Amino acid sequence: MKFRLPFAPLVALRFLREGRMQTLLILAGTTGGVAVIVFLTQLITQLQAQIVDRVLGSQAHVVIRPAEEVNRRAIDDAGFASIVEPRAQRLRSIDQWENIARLAADMPGVTAVSPVVTGPAFAVRGQASKSVALMGVDAERYRRIVRMEEYMVAGRFAVEGTRAVIGSELAKDLGIRMDDKLRVALPNGRDELLQVGGIFDIGNRDLNRRWVFVTLPLAQSLLDLPGGVSNLDLTVADIFEAQPVADRLRGATSLNVESWMQTNAQLLAALRNQSVSNNLIRSFVVIIVALGIASVLVVSVVQKQKEIGILRAMGASRSMILQIFLIQGAVVGAVGSVLGSMLAFTLLNVFSAIYRNADGQPLFAAELEPRFIAMAALVATCVGLLSALIPARRAARMDPVQAIRS
Amino acid sequence: MSAAPVIELAGLTKAYNLGTPVETEVLHGIDLSLAEGEFAALIGPSGSGKSTLLNIIGLLERPTGGRLSIGGRDTASLSEAEITQLRGRSIGFVFQFHHLLPAFTALENVMMPSIIARGRPDDEAEATALALLDAVGLKAHALKKPAELSGGQQQRVAIARALALRPRLILADEPTGNLDTHTADDIFALLREFNRQSNCACLIVTHDPRLAARCDRIVRLVDGRIADDLPTAAETNP
Ligand SMILES: Nc1ncnc2c1ncn2[C@@H]1O[C@H](COP(=O)(O)OP(=O)(O)O)[C@@H](O)[C@H]1O
Ligand SMILES: [Mg+2]
Repeated sequence: MKFRLPFAPLVALRFLREGRMQTLLILAGTTGGVAVIVFLTQLITQLQAQIVDRVLGSQAHVVIRPAEEVNRRAIDDAGFASIVEPRAQRLRSIDQWENIARLAADMPGVTAVSPVVTGPAFAVRGQASKSVALMGVDAERYRRIVRMEEYMVAGRFAVEGTRAVIGSELAKDLGIRMDDKLRVALPNGRDELLQVGGIFDIGNRDLNRRWVFVTLPLAQSLLDLPGGVSNLDLTVADIFEAQPVADRLRGATSLNVESWMQTNAQLLAALRNQSVSNNLIRSFVVIIVALGIASVLVVSVVQKQKEIGILRAMGASRSMILQIFLIQGAVVGAVGSVLGSMLAFTLLNVFSAIYRNADGQPLFAAELEPRFIAMAALVATCVGLLSALIPARRAARMDPVQAIRS
Repeated sequence: MSAAPVIELAGLTKAYNLGTPVETEVLHGIDLSLAEGEFAALIGPSGSGKSTLLNIIGLLERPTGGRLSIGGRDTASLSEAEITQLRGRSIGFVFQFHHLLPAFTALENVMMPSIIARGRPDDEAEATALALLDAVGLKAHALKKPAELSGGQQQRVAIARALALRPRLILADEPTGNLDTHTADDIFALLREFNRQSNCACLIVTHDPRLAARCDRIVRLVDGRIADDLPTAAETNP
């Protein structure tokens, strides 16, 4: 038993094979269109994911801080003109932070909560003195906010007693190596001698210069916040759900809750604009490909007028003729999506070999996610089908006698 | 004549461009019936309406007025789908210009009516088609495309195709019109042979009085009317 195609696909494929030049042309157009879309989508998705990843590599998804202190007017009378100046915010603790932390941890979507005590200090060694941010953390919990262990260039990310972890820039500026001593001095006059137990490079010069990690109790006592924390850092399961989570927490606690999406609003707007222009390009390409397929099929219907008439005279129904041309459109779309995905893969390989980051790493990976190929195949096949609709209906409506008489 | 009528036309008219200033009636009240096994010639001057009549009988066009029955069924009440099906299963066409599908082999062309009727090719249709090609002397050319065949060979393929579903009615519009006399005789003989074998009714448009004389009956059409409809001497031939 050999495999035999049913009538409509059989005739559709034969027609495509017969119109060799036309078929090659629309296939080339569809392939090019699919390649552009898949390549662009893969590239932009990767680059955006990288940017977001880099930003979130040193940032909590959501940060809870004490409510801002505002000046209240003693006399709430509309008759008085007054200037209300914002107050300078002093270092304060979150009231009952343990309860808030428990509340946050129980919130759906939140995967980690880490208390942090942070405040300004000076790192002093010999004559040199640098302004730093003292970060009191529980290393175990903080690791689930920022993946510090991945950034360690020396030692481990662990703090205990007076052991501290500092950034590579600060180490360089002060000439500090592992196990060296380092004094921190605070504006309130307190100071402490720390021992460096780890050096990190987080890929951000400013943070490499500023962050000095110590234990939570040490930071609390140095910063005069006994038992208190200045903020709670949160990690959420879906980074783009950070905003709703923040909103819910703000509503529940009336504290100052900020998501990374607010902190990086400009970046997000830029990414969004990029996505919009990418969608615009994709839509145009889809339209152009659809018009290409449709116009070639319109010509093909006219050329095949006689064959259509013959088929009708032999008992082919209108819907059979309709199917023949719809299948041609779908086949062009499907084959074009396979070839286009292959071309996109080649392009990704070529460009990832050419474009490299400052560190010599490829700017993007030359890989194609299967879901993009599936998406391209689905879209291209549907576009092929839809573009074939008008030509196919013309073919189905054609008068068989006209074709046979001439 | 006791054989059942395959087609019956009563007062059949056809007008083109109906309701426009250039409205022209091409057929004016045709009465005609063709019985099983009958082999009739349709003759008449060019433009007299022969092709139009054949296309209407072949259900490719609808008449403007009058009645057309095929196999005892009045076609006026049939839906588009029923018409298409009736055309595919009961009627075999042979056109002046063979009208084969250039993208398909001779064998596939002959199988096509069955592919359409059954939805896909099958072994039985292939066997039938091969037997038909054998009968028209083209078994060796089964896998050739129409373009690789001569005019006479193409027309034989077209005849084999018209016979593929063993139709009750064969309509041929100048099937030998552009063939040389010798080839024309061959083609005509083939049609005649199948007519005798399968007892189908045949209506054949021809300009060749020699060939017309070899039919059972000659229907002459002049200006859209049947001028005469006479049996030939050939009918008495064995
Ligand atoms: N689609 C049409 N529109 C208008 N007139 C037509 C059409 N088809 C055929 N005719 C006219 O009908 C007449 C009969 O044509 P036809 O049946 O082809 O004659 P024959 O086959 O006998 O030569 C001719 O005058 C022709 O011009
Ligand atoms: Mg004619």
